[in-house]
Amino acid sequence: MNFKTWLMKVKKSQLLLPVVAMILVMAVNIIHDAATGAGAFSFFTITLQRTTSNGTILYGRIIDILNRGSEAALLALGMTLVVSASAGTDISVGSVMSLCASFCCMLLAGYGVSSTNDLAVPLVVGVIAGILMGCVCGAFNGLLVARLNIQPMVATLILYSAARAIGLLVCNDLIVYIRNDSFGFFGSFLGPIPTPIIITAICIAILALILKKTALGMYIQSVGINSRASRIAGLNSKMIIHLAYIVCGMFAGIAGIVASSRITSADSNNIGLYLEMDAILAVALGGNSLGGGKFSLAGSIIGAYTIQAITTTLYALGVSTNQAPVFKAIIVILIVAIQAPPVKAFIRKRNLNKATKGVA
Amino acid sequence: MKKKVLAVVLASTMALALAACGGQAAATSAPAEPAAPAAVEEAPAEEPAPAEEAAPAEEAAPAEDAGGDLISVGFAQVGHESDWRTASTKSAQDVFSEANGYNLSFVDCDNDSAAQLEAVRSFIEQDVDYIIIDPIVSTGWDTVLGECEEAGIPVIVIDRTIDDSDKYVSWVGSDFLTEGKAAGEWLKAYADAQGIKEINALIIQGTTGSSAQIGRTDGFCEVADREGWTVLDKQTGDFTEAGGQEVMESFCKSYAGKFNVVVCENDNEAFGAMTAMDNAGVTYGPGNDVILISYDACTAGLKEVQAGKITADFECNPLAAPTVEQVIKTLQSGGTPEAQILVPDNWYALKDQIVPFSVDGNAMSMTEVTDAVIEAQY
Repeated sequence: MNFKTWLMKVKKSQLLLPVVAMILVMAVNIIHDAATGAGAFSFFTITLQRTTSNGTILYGRIIDILNRGSEAALLALGMTLVVSASAGTDISVGSVMSLCASFCCMLLAGYGVSSTNDLAVPLVVGVIAGILMGCVCGAFNGLLVARLNIQPMVATLILYSAARAIGLLVCNDLIVYIRNDSFGFFGSFLGPIPTPIIITAICIAILALILKKTALGMYIQSVGINSRASRIAGLNSKMIIHLAYIVCGMFAGIAGIVASSRITSADSNNIGLYLEMDAILAVALGGNSLGGGKFSLAGSIIGAYTIQAITTTLYALGVSTNQAPVFKAIIVILIVAIQAPPVKAFIRKRNLNKATKGVA
Repeated sequence: MKKKVLAVVLASTMALALAACGGQAAATSAPAEPAAPAAVEEAPAEEPAPAEEAAPAEEAAPAEDAGGDLISVGFAQVGHESDWRTASTKSAQDVFSEANGYNLSFVDCDNDSAAQLEAVRSFIEQDVDYIIIDPIVSTGWDTVLGECEEAGIPVIVIDRTIDDSDKYVSWVGSDFLTEGKAAGEWLKAYADAQGIKEINALIIQGTTGSSAQIGRTDGFCEVADREGWTVLDKQTGDFTEAGGQEVMESFCKSYAGKFNVVVCENDNEAFGAMTAMDNAGVTYGPGNDVILISYDACTAGLKEVQAGKITADFECNPLAAPTVEQVIKTLQSGGTPEAQILVPDNWYALKDQIVPFSVDGNAMSMTEVTDAVIEAQY
């Protein structure tokens, strides 16, 4: 009986879908590893590896997933809030990442410098300016969506196309290389742990704490469910939507810094390319409705890492990553289909039938 | 009460953000403007770079001037997506300068093929003497090239190719297949010289389907097949540093201790692979576990060759303009240039890694990387 209620709880949980997706991806690896005779759990083993540049580090595919999935996870955090509050997506985050990275690197290197070993301004200034640039972009998106009532997709389309171009402009059309170890820190290691993992963990912790300790999470959901009713109830809907976009931009800024720090350069053309789609997919994969309202941060985060797990799995299997979109597409089809009203109605009907049969 | 506190917090956050917005906006626009002229001034300072190749152009200059009129040239460039492309643009601007007797109309098409067709049509309207196209896509050119032909304007195609039309005078560019073969043949000669018996290679490919990826992969694999080398795996890194890093990170786990050659199809991928190998404790470069081969040989790449990290770097020469100028001169004097002209590429390595080898029976010479060579590179 106890098990049964637990099972019911699991069945109803929003996290069921993302967790199952994650387990499926992992299962592929277990089967592959077992089939090739590498030991069924070799995908999951984490070892200590001595490096030539960073001392001893944690080493393994799981670490890779957590590490490489950081940017998508960061973007998914902001995207979850935006989707929940405004029932729309911010498709500019990938481009904003690129702009923030370019802006940060431009400040650190000086305008027009394409390669430098010395920082023109202190590291902190560059990094904070980069993150602030993200906030500014978010504020701009929020202004259009919350204050001018422009549809989120259209409003963020502006920066989607413009931010990357501004990034190129800021960098004088060059890839700015900052060959300075201190800048590389955000993309390398803190002790044995990759810094991006730590940064993401801190961001998740802070956001989760704010949502839990204040009523902000509830405000965002209520605005997303019915913004007019929320306003009548005394909430400043516009400001809450605006805030969601600013936070989303801020996380894009942080993700941009991490991405450029990994390669110690600002590659405006490629940083965050198509990542906005991964972020949106992560939110959907997390069982969140793209129609706004109720959201689960944990779901989005698991979703983001699941997407990275697909890529890492393809690498491990030796399949060309050009095929990754195909696998993502399959997963999206499944998720969208499961969430579709006719399918939901069918499942409910079947459950009902079962229940009545049980009684009889 | 709680709500009020929250409201105050939210308001102050936004006020801060907006304040930052104002400050930031000012900050971004401010440095951009005064810096712009500085950048313009800087450009000529870097000029001595293609000195060797630009030399004939400078000699020719007075002759053109004597003719009186400037030769007008329209150049529809792909965009500005990489250092390589920037170098290609700069090369054209240097060679087809007014001082050399040319009037260059340059259009950056920003990777938009429709814009490129538009640009070519505007060149026809301007009635330029010659049109140079670096085609963004390889098909859909027949109509517009027909229009050029009707207008009597010779078209010269550079770098990328046009597949569905032959209404152009010549194609000037690099042969990626030769680059791939050169890398393979060098590796054979180098392995023989070092007494390396077994080659287990990993290839980090460029963007799948790009001519550079196809040519470089095919060229290298042709030699690998002939010599019976093992190519453990191929995976695309999309010509980016992040891509190279992620692919190599995975390779280091899948093939730990099994590979001794890594081929990266451009320098940026090689930089990424280097970081990943550092983090996996794999040593690379001359005299170490892994032979690292790269293509492009941009300045940053040659610096890594000099630092003993990239073992050999195979150039893809972006300076097509001097060769194009030769074609234009041939046309000016009424001659017929060849339909396909290769821009001379160089192969770079440090002194100890330079070994004699030949591609398709042609003996190749390698260039030793020195400060001067790096200085002169794009």
